[in-house]
Amino acid sequence: MVSIENTAEPAAWFKLERNVFRAGGRWTIAESARLDQQLQKLEVGKAQALTIDGSKIEKLDSTGAWLLLRTARALEAAGHQISSFDVPERYGALIRNIDRDDKPEPRRRRRGPRMRPSIYRLYRIGKATVDAGKQAWRMLGYLGRVTVETGEMIAAPRKNLRLAAMINQVEETGISALPIVGLLAFLIGVVVAYQGADQLKRFGAEVFTINLLGVGVLRELGGLVTAIVVAGRSGSAFTAHLGTMRVNQEIDAMQTMGLDTVDTLVLPRIIGLVISLPLLTFFADIMGIVGGATMCYFQLGIDIPSFMRQLNEAISVSTLMVGLIKAPVFAFVISLVGCYEGFQVERNAASVGLLTTKSVVESVFLVIVLDAAFSIMFSVLGI
Amino acid sequence: MAPDPKKTGGEKDVIIRIRGLVTGFGSKIVHDHVDLDVYRGEVLGVVGGSGTGKSVLLRTIIGLNKPREGTIEVFGKRTGYAEGSRMRALEVRWGILFQEGALFSSQTVAENIQVPLREYTSMSQELMDEIAAMKIAMVGLPPDAAGKYPSELSGGMKKRAGLARALALDPELLFLDEPTSGLDPISANQFDQLIAELQESLGLTVFMVTHDLDSLSAICDRIAVLVDKKIKTGTIAEFRKDTTPWIHDYFSGPRGHAALAG
Repeated sequence: MVSIENTAEPAAWFKLERNVFRAGGRWTIAESARLDQQLQKLEVGKAQALTIDGSKIEKLDSTGAWLLLRTARALEAAGHQISSFDVPERYGALIRNIDRDDKPEPRRRRRGPRMRPSIYRLYRIGKATVDAGKQAWRMLGYLGRVTVETGEMIAAPRKNLRLAAMINQVEETGISALPIVGLLAFLIGVVVAYQGADQLKRFGAEVFTINLLGVGVLRELGGLVTAIVVAGRSGSAFTAHLGTMRVNQEIDAMQTMGLDTVDTLVLPRIIGLVISLPLLTFFADIMGIVGGATMCYFQLGIDIPSFMRQLNEAISVSTLMVGLIKAPVFAFVISLVGCYEGFQVERNAASVGLLTTKSVVESVFLVIVLDAAFSIMFSVLGI
Repeated sequence: MAPDPKKTGGEKDVIIRIRGLVTGFGSKIVHDHVDLDVYRGEVLGVVGGSGTGKSVLLRTIIGLNKPREGTIEVFGKRTGYAEGSRMRALEVRWGILFQEGALFSSQTVAENIQVPLREYTSMSQELMDEIAAMKIAMVGLPPDAAGKYPSELSGGMKKRAGLARALALDPELLFLDEPTSGLDPISANQFDQLIAELQESLGLTVFMVTHDLDSLSAICDRIAVLVDKKIKTGTIAEFRKDTTPWIHDYFSGPRGHAALAG
C-alpha cells in the first residue's frame, strides 16, 4: 500500500520545558500520525504561564497547524496561561485561517433504535412485514395506473402507440436472449431425460421418460426457466436503465416536457416483453424437447421417429398451451416490477444497485408464486 | 516518505511543464504541440471556447487521458505514462476539484474527506475526525455539514465539500475544473475569495479551468488561452491588446469590459 507517511527517523519534534512549549522540524501530514500519538501522551503539568515557540518549525501544513493549535487549546484547558504563540512569519496566515472558534462536531452515526437483541430481532421482523405490506400496496397502485394508461392507449391507439420503442424492446428482451435461453432449455431437457430414464429404468418403463419430458418441459420447466432468465436479464436492465435516467434527472426533464413516463418508458417495455416472452418460451420448449430427444437417443437408444410417436401420445396441444398461457402473465409481472423499482431510485449510485437487486429478487419470487397459483388453478379446473 | 522538491533552480520553480503535447480523439486533434509552464505559488486560469480542450488538458495532466505525443512533467516527474505506484506518489501531492464535486454519494461529507486520509496515512479515527472538521471549517461550510450526505447539500456546498476533500492530504498543487460554474454571482465571488485565501495561507499552486471572467480578474496571476489548438499565456492586460478574433471577443466583448472594468 502506498503511504505518504514518513517511516524513517521522525522529522518533527516538540518538548514542554519549564514555561515554554517548543516545536520544530517538519510539522506536516507525513508526520501527523506519530505526532498525534506523542501529543496525546503529553504531560501538561501544573498550571502556569506558558509561551508556545514554534520558531524552529521548518515546514508547516494545515494538518500540522491543527495539531499545534489543538495542543495549545489542550494546554489552555488544563489551566495554563498562554501568553504568546510564535510560528515563522510565512505561516501566520495559515494559523489564522485554521484558528477558528468552531469546535469539531462530535462524531454522529445514524443508528437504528437501541434495544435488546431479542427485542431488536422481533422489531426487524415486524418492520420487514409492514414494509412488505406497504410495498405490495404501492405496487398495486402502480398496477392500477399502468392498467388505466393501457386502457387509454387502446382507446386512442394512434396518438400514444410508440411502435419503434416497443419493437426495440422486443429485440432487446427477446431476440438477444435466444442463445442463452436456448442453451439453458436444451440442458434442462438433457437433465430431465437423464434423471427420468435413471428412475424409470427400474420399473422397465424407460419409454415413459418421453412423457415425463414432454409434460415437464412444456407445462412447467420451459416457461419457468425462461421467465427466470428474463427476470435476471431484462427486469434488471429495466430497473438500472430507468434508475440511471432518474439519477441524471432525465425523468424530471421528460415530465416537465409533458411526456408521460408510463406512456413513453413503461408501456413499451411491458408490451415488448409481453410479446417476446411467450415467443421465447415456445423456443425454450422446442429446445428442451430437442435436448431430451438427444439424451434419449444416446442413453436409451430411442430413435427419433419412435421418440416422436411416443411424444405425440404423451402430450396434446393443451399441454403446450397451459405452459404458454402463463408467459404473458410472467412478462407483465417482470416488466412491471422492473419499471416500478426503476422509478424508486434516489439520486445516488448505491440506490441503483440496491433497487436492481430488489427488482430481480421480487420478480423471480413473484414468477414462482404465480406459477404455483397457476398449477393449483389448472388442477381445480381439471386441465 | 515526505517528498520535498527543493530544486529551486535560479529562476521560477516550475511545477507543471508541458512540452509538445498532442491529444485527440479519433481523427480530431484537440491540442497540437502545445507548451505550458505553471510556476510554484501562482494561480493559472485556463480559458477557451467550448470544445477547445480545457478539460481535456486538465484530464491529460492528471493522467485520466493518454497523450498522443509530448511530455508532461509534474513536480519534475513525467505523468501520462506513469503507472501504478509512481503515479500514486504524484497523486497524493495534488488535489482535484471536479466540476460537480464528484463526492462519493454513499458517504457523508466527513467520510468523503477521510477517504484519502484513511488510504494514505495511519491516523487515528479521532484525529481524522478533527482534520475533517478543520477542513470543513476551512472551506466555509457549517460544522453540521460533516454528517450530511452529498444529496442533502446544495450545488455550492457540494463544491466546497469537494474542495475540502481535495485539500485533505495538504497538497501542494490544486486543480480546479470550473469551480464557479453553476453558482450564483455572490457564491461565485465568495468561492473566488476562498480560493485566494487558501492559496495564500497554504502556499498552493492552482491550475484552474474556468469560464468566469470575474474569477480571472479577481484571483488569477496569469492566464492561458486555448485557441486554434494552441496555448497562449499572458496577463489580462496583455490579452486585451491581442487581436486574435476569439481572444479579442472574449476579453474586449461586453462581458469582458464589465468584468475587467473594476
